[in-house]
Amino acid sequence: MRKVLFATCLGAIAAFAAGAANANDELNKMSQNPKDWVMPAGDYANTRYSKLNQITAANVGKLQVAWTFSTGVLRGHEGGPLIVGNMMYVHAPFPNTVYALDLSNENKIVWKYEPKQDPNVIPVMCCDTVNRGVAYGDGKIFLHQADTTLVALDAKTGKVVWTVKNGDPAKGATGTSAPLVVKDKVLIGISGGEFGVQCHVTAYDLKTGKQVWRAFSEGPDDQIMVDPEKTTELGKPVGKDSSLKTWQGDQWKIGGGCTWGWMSYDPALNLVYYGSGNPSTWNPKQRPGDNKWSMTIFARNPDTGMARWVYQMTPHDEWDYDGVNEMILSDQQVGGADRKLLTHFDRNGLGYTLDRATGELLVADKFDPKVNWTTGVDMNKGSPTYGRPKVVDQYSTEKQGEDHNNKGICPAALGTKDEQPAAYSPDTQLFYVPTNHVCMDYEPFKVSYTAGQPYVGATLSMYPPPGESHMGNFIAWDGKTGKIVWSNKELFSVWSGALATAGGVVFYGTLEGYLKAVDAKTGKELYKFKTPSGIIGNVTTYEQGGKQYIAVLSGVGGWAGIGLAAGLTEPTEGLGAVGGYKALSDYTALGGTLTVFALPQ
Amino acid sequence: MLARGNFPRAGTFVSNAEDKILRTVWLVAVTIALVTYEGFAFAEQAVDPTAVKSEDGKYLDKEGNPTFKVASDGTIDWYTYSGYRRYHSECHVCHGPDGMGSTYAPALKDSLKTMSLGDFLGVVASGRKNVSTSQNNVMPAFGDNPNVACYMDDLYVYLRARANDAVGRERPAKHEDKPPAAQKAEDSCMGKR
Repeated sequence: MRKVLFATCLGAIAAFAAGAANANDELNKMSQNPKDWVMPAGDYANTRYSKLNQITAANVGKLQVAWTFSTGVLRGHEGGPLIVGNMMYVHAPFPNTVYALDLSNENKIVWKYEPKQDPNVIPVMCCDTVNRGVAYGDGKIFLHQADTTLVALDAKTGKVVWTVKNGDPAKGATGTSAPLVVKDKVLIGISGGEFGVQCHVTAYDLKTGKQVWRAFSEGPDDQIMVDPEKTTELGKPVGKDSSLKTWQGDQWKIGGGCTWGWMSYDPALNLVYYGSGNPSTWNPKQRPGDNKWSMTIFARNPDTGMARWVYQMTPHDEWDYDGVNEMILSDQQVGGADRKLLTHFDRNGLGYTLDRATGELLVADKFDPKVNWTTGVDMNKGSPTYGRPKVVDQYSTEKQGEDHNNKGICPAALGTKDEQPAAYSPDTQLFYVPTNHVCMDYEPFKVSYTAGQPYVGATLSMYPPPGESHMGNFIAWDGKTGKIVWSNKELFSVWSGALATAGGVVFYGTLEGYLKAVDAKTGKELYKFKTPSGIIGNVTTYEQGGKQYIAVLSGVGGWAGIGLAAGLTEPTEGLGAVGGYKALSDYTALGGTLTVFALPQ
Repeated sequence: MLARGNFPRAGTFVSNAEDKILRTVWLVAVTIALVTYEGFAFAEQAVDPTAVKSEDGKYLDKEGNPTFKVASDGTIDWYTYSGYRRYHSECHVCHGPDGMGSTYAPALKDSLKTMSLGDFLGVVASGRKNVSTSQNNVMPAFGDNPNVACYMDDLYVYLRARANDAVGRERPAKHEDKPPAAQKAEDSCMGKR
């Protein structure tokens, strides 16, 4: 009897251990199946690439709308749906509705979840009430609500399994980003860089919602979870108090460095990657120092939370160039050697390629030729400023000081690229990058901090680069050499996540509302269709019943909805803008619709 | 004309008796503003914005309300310029550049065509909610935020200038020097650096 019990216990332990591993293995395996789209970027490497090849460069011109679905919400729709087997999970901005649709049964609504949230969270959200989507794992759907509640829903029924509060909206912390499930944990960041939140990434237990670790972007070593000896930047240990030393007094406590971008994961190296945002406030004079680790790429161990390496791209930010954009993991040859690469298109206008195992910097080049605040990154390993961008005095809002209007800085604060994720195709070994082509005037001034109130401290105006009338480009980028391969002009910023497919087609949306398909090799436009509203969502593909579908949320808004709904500064003779630059409101209106495309029968 | 004083730093920043008195003045001002709003604000005709006099660099219309002043060479008064700056720090992330509105907040260059000063102050200080099945528009209360509360007149005259097409979408090119009175008010409201 005793033996039987013992054996049972052993079995239970084994099953438990296997269960933890299985949730991850299951997800990893599911992400290999191109028929599904089980995580926000399609796979852990954040490639937004699909092996589906029914839709090709030759036939994409025949694409038709197969079905549509209204979310019932009229605010900015970022992110995209997940597809798990015959189920599709569609999310919406505040109030953060989630729908589960049965793709095998006329897209019927199987369940709907709508949380009750205090609407007072709305004005604390920086720029519209966006949400970048849900995550799947262990039979659950994870949603980060606007009020920072992380909720686990039963994927079959929509019933709440557990909830946990990730931050305090009364202090300006909000939830906008999509979670990432890694092993037995769900990882989530937080927003609030314009409210002086000390931002963090937190890991919660997949089964219970219990907090496992929390790593802040700035603060004492134990809070930021770095090992002074083992955590490196550009190959060197970061040393003791690496963050504290770079802030004046207690300013790190309201330091920002928010974490609302897309995370990625390398199972072989067991590292998760994400970026941190701007230091608060936007007035650089008020926060002397490098403000570490804002504007930083982090590589962390998902089990312990400890940082393996960091790299600060924009020390002592002077322009609001958040570093949150996605890290795309690829394996390519550089200089004849196989390298495990991480590629990142930063708001600051530089496209970075690093070795993702070590954090070694390989490439840092402008992915918009108009970028002018820097002459480039110091790539000399022997230099005391190795890895730092060389700032042009004329465009340094720190050098020019408070109450000085710094004119003609490119890019604008929304960056050469914002959160809209790029795609990578292993077929062409190219990155497909939605970009903004916008410059700005920036004037910093003194502000005081009040908890839960905006903490901005700069005024800015935005406009297309002098002499140009388009405000966006969709480009193909070679991450190995740091070169633009082709570039398509777009009238407005391209604020939609791209999709690359094995059919040799790349998809993206535009702010006017077009879903566009272009040739992956040449960028030639092959198809476009105008959806009900402007697109700031990400394009997704899946297969159901033997047919490949393309899906995208439309619903204009987000930060793009602030400036562009009104139009940025109108063209004047002085700016030399040619052609009619017109306000976005002349092209589209509010909406909230999923549009799904397929080839005709 | 409303009884108004300098807007104090609020909340935890209030530290001395003088500040407390000022804060009371401010709360009274808000109350009056709200009464005005409930009463006859909707029927109110827009007041002629022409500046008829100046007090320490601040221009006032015939009813004594703060207003903008644009000289023939395009030079604008300090408060309109200051309002431009504060607007583009605190307000534009919802209300769009130059008061043009966004996909989720109204264009204040239009709102100020009909909105009274009292109405304006009340909404900025206390916020506003418009939540229904089809809309989720919420404006926060800025009464406790010194970056806004200390610059109410500035914001008002800037938006009043926009509503009257006196200032365009461009950044104002030239402005009057900062009057000593403005510096003094700012120091006492924001707290000396």
